[in-house]
Amino acid sequence: MLEVNGRVYPTDEEGYLENISDWSEAIAEAMAAADDIKLSEAHWDILRFLREYYHEYEIAPAVRVLTKAVGRRLGKDKGNSKYLYNLFPDGPGKQACRYAGLPKPTGCV
Amino acid sequence: MSAPEKLSYPIIPIIREDAAVSERSYQAKPELMQSLGYPAELPADWKAKVLACMKQQLSSSRALRVFMDSCVQCGACTDKCHYFLGGGDPNNMPVARQNLFRSVYRRYFTLAGRWFPWLVGARDLTKEVLDEWFNYFHQCSECRRCSVYCPVGIDTSEVTMAGREILSSVGMGQKNTQNVINKVNTIGNNLGMPTAALKDTLAGLEEDLLEETGIPIALPLDQQGVEILLVVPSADFFAEPHVDGLLGCAKVLHASGLSWTFSSVASEAANFGLFSGSHEQMKNIAGRIRDAAQQLQVKRIVFGECGHAWRVAYNYLHKLAGPFDFLDQDYPIPQHILEVTVDLIRTKKIILDKSKNDEYVVTYHDSCNVARGAGLGSEVGGQFEIPREVLRAVSNHFHEMPQGSTHEETFCCGAGGGLLTDELMETRTQGALPRMSALQQVVQNNGVTHMVAICAICKSRFSRIMPEYGYEMDQVLSMHQLVGNAVVLDR
Repeated sequence: MLEVNGRVYPTDEEGYLENISDWSEAIAEAMAAADDIKLSEAHWDILRFLREYYHEYEIAPAVRVLTKAVGRRLGKDKGNSKYLYNLFPDGPGKQACRYAGLPKPTGCV
Repeated sequence: MSAPEKLSYPIIPIIREDAAVSERSYQAKPELMQSLGYPAELPADWKAKVLACMKQQLSSSRALRVFMDSCVQCGACTDKCHYFLGGGDPNNMPVARQNLFRSVYRRYFTLAGRWFPWLVGARDLTKEVLDEWFNYFHQCSECRRCSVYCPVGIDTSEVTMAGREILSSVGMGQKNTQNVINKVNTIGNNLGMPTAALKDTLAGLEEDLLEETGIPIALPLDQQGVEILLVVPSADFFAEPHVDGLLGCAKVLHASGLSWTFSSVASEAANFGLFSGSHEQMKNIAGRIRDAAQQLQVKRIVFGECGHAWRVAYNYLHKLAGPFDFLDQDYPIPQHILEVTVDLIRTKKIILDKSKNDEYVVTYHDSCNVARGAGLGSEVGGQFEIPREVLRAVSNHFHEMPQGSTHEETFCCGAGGGLLTDELMETRTQGALPRMSALQQVVQNNGVTHMVAICAICKSRFSRIMPEYGYEMDQVLSMHQLVGNAVVLDR
């Protein structure tokens, strides 16, 4: 469960939203705040891309797809995992997906 | 837990009673269990159901029955499990973990246990016992290290896998494993990556290959009539360093001139049916690979770098999904990508420039499922020698980790067998301790910079855990990344 602005949203045991449609920017901010992260424009750039990609492909982008997209938008020096891990220390796949309201990637990743 | 500051090898374990008693996997939700054909939750007559499933397991697996009766409690296995070495909970001594099951077996399936339970270590089946099973059977990575040292060859993984299937039969499945199996059934792979996303990902990777090499190297999907169907763990499409291994495979196959394809139906090599202990699930997942091979009319099925995929394929593929009379009988069925690569090297069909890997000083982590659960090539011990032969052919700087931590004595990465799930992070961190301690020796003594693996779970596990032990996450590499670096493409 996650409470934001007086409303309660169902989550799984690890805090991923049960319903993608519940997502809002306020939810992302609340999740990040709980991890002591203040979302900057750099974070939002990633979160928006994740949501767009998920909307089209019904899965989070592969790490290479994500780093390449970031590299294209923000310059090659940022198109790598290290940049993403700096923003999301628990991993872009897991932490960023959670903030973006997407389900957790499963399998051997 | 954070990693201990000082590492030493070998490890002298310190017993910590109940250290892992509360380390519990998430249970699969009722809807998930139901969609997989299991009871949604613990039924009222759970005890009868557990005993019935236990009886069925004991009669269908002769090994299980023999393992129940043949243990002499000698203690040879006690300090062999990486979870015990790292965490110290005595229930993670393999014999003790087995005894959680054996004690119930004795109570209900042996004469002595029925009449004199207190004399033979037999105990009643209670809800507490089920919970204990659930916790500790999911703290076994099915890696079989204990069985190497057992004088009568008892394999704890057979016990814990049977235990997991029994738990599922009363609705107590592990969320991670069952969730993944459901994704394979409904979408086609562990990740849940639909075909459109797979196509998009492969197209992007082809661009990367072109940019890197200047050569158009294809990553074909669903191509009919080619020589090879390459089946890889879906993590190879998704994660790092897995994807570098995938690109390495593509470079090798390109250089060899062999025609090949991925399949959108068999977009997963892994078979989590092994982890849930369900023969039925294993069969369904393996069947997808046969179907794809038949539809695409390929001549060979080749498995990529995935440990337990190979354990299932090597041991059971024919039984689960055969006959494979439609494939080319002149090649092993199934074949491992390392068997393909080593043949190409031996016959000089690919040329290697190993100086391309001079920046890496490497060691090799034998992935447990390949080392102890399967073979490679036609020689005994090929699963140890072939990876090393390939590694020596692509690297000038290869060093072995210390004795007792390699070949058949290798340590699990700490996350195999369905344990690559974040609620078990403590267990996993502890389970990685033996491997990290052995690695440190060659880092200090030989200046090793990178550890090479051939399993998706090992790669994910190490890239996550190595930073806790003071390394960078990219110090674990895919074997075929190195092969891909070395292979000469412009011939």
